[in-house]
Amino acid sequence: MPSLTLESAISRPLQLPWLRPLLTAKVLAGGTIVLTLVVVGVFAPVLAPYDPNAQQLRAMVQPPQWFGGDHFLGTDNLGRDILSRILYGARVSLLIALAVVVISGFVGVSLGAISGYFGRKVDFSIQKLVEVVWAFPPLLLAIAIMAFLGQGLFNLILALVAQRWIQYCRVVRGQTLSLRNRDFVTATQALGASDSRIIWRHIIPNIIQTSLVIGTFAMASAIISEASLSFLGLGVPPEIPTWGTMLADARIYISTAWWLALFPGLCIFLTVLGINLLGDALRDLLDPRLKRTGSGL
Amino acid sequence: MGTYLVRRLIGTLPVLLLISLLVFLLIQAAPGDPTLMLLGEDATAADIAEAKQRWGLDQPIYIQYVKFLNSAATGNLGKSFRFGLPVIEVIKERLPATIELATISIIIGILLAIPLGVWAGAKPNSWIDNLGTTFGLFGISMPSFWLGIMLILLLAGFLHILPSAGRSTYGVAGPRETGFYFLDSIRQGNWLAVKDAFTHVLMPAIALGSNMVGILMRVTRSAVLEVMNEEYVVTARAKGLAEQRVLWRHVLTNALIPIVTVVGLELGTLLSGSIIVETVFAWPGIGSLLITGVTSRDHPLVTGLVMIYTVAFVTINLIIDALYALIDPRIRY
Repeated sequence: MPSLTLESAISRPLQLPWLRPLLTAKVLAGGTIVLTLVVVGVFAPVLAPYDPNAQQLRAMVQPPQWFGGDHFLGTDNLGRDILSRILYGARVSLLIALAVVVISGFVGVSLGAISGYFGRKVDFSIQKLVEVVWAFPPLLLAIAIMAFLGQGLFNLILALVAQRWIQYCRVVRGQTLSLRNRDFVTATQALGASDSRIIWRHIIPNIIQTSLVIGTFAMASAIISEASLSFLGLGVPPEIPTWGTMLADARIYISTAWWLALFPGLCIFLTVLGINLLGDALRDLLDPRLKRTGSGL
Repeated sequence: MGTYLVRRLIGTLPVLLLISLLVFLLIQAAPGDPTLMLLGEDATAADIAEAKQRWGLDQPIYIQYVKFLNSAATGNLGKSFRFGLPVIEVIKERLPATIELATISIIIGILLAIPLGVWAGAKPNSWIDNLGTTFGLFGISMPSFWLGIMLILLLAGFLHILPSAGRSTYGVAGPRETGFYFLDSIRQGNWLAVKDAFTHVLMPAIALGSNMVGILMRVTRSAVLEVMNEEYVVTARAKGLAEQRVLWRHVLTNALIPIVTVVGLELGTLLSGSIIVETVFAWPGIGSLLITGVTSRDHPLVTGLVMIYTVAFVTINLIIDALYALIDPRIRY
């Protein structure tokens, strides 16, 4: 097609066309925030000026000392350094959210692909399970799980995964249903490939892009849910600093010490904002269809 | 339509049954012996055996489940450990507060999100679109409980213009009739109490609705954007209709299906959001009751509330489905 070659030669000053959509304001802002957080989380032990749990009872509830003071963002009711707790909190929040997204992605994509590929009874039972778990208002199932099974990292991740796999499962099932009858799948079946090989090698690679978009938004919602549960006292054990527990501690001192509630909450907000921006950009890039309907949130 | 609803209603029953099974299994998986928890550490073996027999805990698990189901179906959700009253009574007492908060939150959300979304969608990439989109993104990214805390800090702590917690000032509200403060106060002609209830509900309602505003605004925008290019919109304009009439009468009504879907979905988020926002504002609804139940290990209360919340959520989804047919006459069940 000569016209296409001509057009691309004239109208594309940038030689790497795939790079262009990556350089939007959304990606830059979101990427900077998320990258900073990852760096902060990884290097928390080096960056933090104090041990996050070290109590200095002589320096309780001190306001932020922006320049030259001992505690840049102030201290809490037990004299713990807010900045150090926030830095360590980034680590915990990001790790939990990442674990939740990866596990729920694995469960959701697998079940969705199995459900769509095999159909019939398998599909019926998986979809019944989806229907039941989906019937709980969001967060309620997580609260119920934490209430009955007790606090702890494992239970927290279980509680956050409990409903989060469903979105992947639904979308992947729908896509698998349409992929199942495509020629390349029929051809692979005719060549004698096993069902599991077809699912893993031929179907899942075709649906991974959409799952990535869902995963980004799931990460944002997992961070908010984790903070919410920790805020309610149903998250990780109290000795682990997280942004949610910091906010819970701050509640009693709200009229006297504004900095206790401001900074951890600001961190949650900025993190979620950054991830949502990246998710938006990723969606525009990978799946323009989702952009039109506004779904994916 | 009628047969469709009946069919959906019947289809909901097995789901409710499975939900009850899931909740029952969760209770069973709870660590620790419930009898020990109730009788205390120094109970003798004979006491425990006697209590187990009295509460039917010595029976096989499937019989316990059938009993649990039987009493739940008849509205008997057991007795709350903490309040010493039937769970259903405790919930009934608190439910109006939550419904009132959620309703006002939805009203604020819809009044804010839909006009913003319609304007943004009608003029894509204009300043109002950018403002609305940024606003929407902030609403989605901000945890409702933190927004609540910040509102308390600013409006109650620094500016002293709104009360920071509770549902009314002590002594202002008249005698309880329905439990809905607005309704009761208006019926009693107590306008001071109406104003008092309004100042109390404003901050929690904004905090609770912020997330919904964000999502609803974005969905309205994209729905309007899609409808704007339809032929009937062009026709309406060609007829010489005023732009505002085209927008609100022709575009919005046709963009309503995704909007209603999202409002329905968001009601669920609102239900669970109320749990945390009520805790922040010490709002005496069933959300803060749930947290009280959880922290005091009041299992019958928690179970009852989880069932009530879930039944409410399932019912809302059913109503939303029925609404589709009203909005879009082309949908026939």
